[in-house]
Amino acid sequence: MNGSHDVGGMHGFGPVTIDPDEPLFREPWERTVFGMIRATLPRFYNIDEFRHAIERMGNIDYLDSTYYEHWLACLEILLVEKGVVAAGELDRRARLSAAGVLTVTALAAQAAVTVSHPGGISYWREGTEPRFAVGDAVRARNLHPPGHTRLPRYARGKRGTIAAVHGVMVFPDSNAHGQGEQSQAVYSVRFESAELWGESADGRGAVYLDVWDSYLNPAGEQP
Amino acid sequence: MGKNHPNVDPYVVSRVRALESLLLEQGILAPDTVDRVVARYEADTGPLAGARAVARAWLNPDYKALLLSDSHQALKAVGVESYDVLRVKENTPTVHNLVVCTLCSCYPWPVLGLPPTWYKMPAYRSRAVIEPRAVLAEFGLEIGPEREVRVWDSSAELRYMVMPQQPAGTEGMTEEQLTALIPRDALIGVAEVRAPALV
Repeated sequence: MNGSHDVGGMHGFGPVTIDPDEPLFREPWERTVFGMIRATLPRFYNIDEFRHAIERMGNIDYLDSTYYEHWLACLEILLVEKGVVAAGELDRRARLSAAGVLTVTALAAQAAVTVSHPGGISYWREGTEPRFAVGDAVRARNLHPPGHTRLPRYARGKRGTIAAVHGVMVFPDSNAHGQGEQSQAVYSVRFESAELWGESADGRGAVYLDVWDSYLNPAGEQP
Repeated sequence: MGKNHPNVDPYVVSRVRALESLLLEQGILAPDTVDRVVARYEADTGPLAGARAVARAWLNPDYKALLLSDSHQALKAVGVESYDVLRVKENTPTVHNLVVCTLCSCYPWPVLGLPPTWYKMPAYRSRAVIEPRAVLAEFGLEIGPEREVRVWDSSAELRYMVMPQQPAGTEGMTEEQLTALIPRDALIGVAEVRAPALV
């Protein structure tokens, strides 16, 4: 979706703000949200549903909230949609909590909760011969799907060169929408800065994107 | 990721508590789950696994070749298991590499820990691809016009780490000494590694 998460090449966000002394979590609730995501992904939703839920939180809210607020919004959206919690109950408890009268009872006979290691979830898949080889000239398709996609706007319609063939991976555009993995080849594609940004490119350089097969056409074809 | 400061709005805290209470009651969270999952990041104050891998690569050409071609195997030697998505990009006198995720905040947690806030903010994510030299200058790093800047936008389930150049004056240093010299920012590509100042 053409949402406010897709910021590559935008102007107006100001200088990079660097705090060399920031703590790992700046508020206790951020730490809790981190733990809740780790305990529910991928048990109730996959990584692509996670990213798309953040994209669906709304363009204005996205830019006006912090990283862990995005994660909180994702939890609220997906755990309600997946039927893990009821929206009404969530709202009721938030009001009780705000009033200082929410009592929390952990499940009595608590079995150990196992949490997957983030690096332990593999998106590599077998099969399908890659359509392109290293050195092939390609053009990113001019796609504007309303759902989840990992082809940023700044690359659409642009020409690039295959720099590496990574292998076969789960396709986010389908996996985010319950449409299966539709696994396909993923390539590293080199886009020259001048191709992406024209005269505004700030010197010699290139952007390398990881691109799924169906985002690409041979360079000779129209985007 | 627009706002930099954390929200201490009581409404946000209330929503977090509400959700936490429901997950606790259903046994999806155990009382110690949050502590357990953050423990490895909170306890990991020592040198980054990524820094150790780079230091070893500087000292050992065979390890360097392995790290650049098969990071999955190379990382096992520095204690990182089951991480088969990292791609390491080597800085050279003619090429400087920089890592970003313009669409979200993908970052190689197992080798670099959790990302700094600036990495997750729109200012960095928007500008790293269109004006990387201007962004690097804000980090105090000037890249001359003769060098090519390669920006790695982490759009798939692959993650990137930069192998900085070994600074002159560090020949003869041990792996431990070199590891301690390599800051996280050099592994993202917004800094270079500096030799210790001569006293």
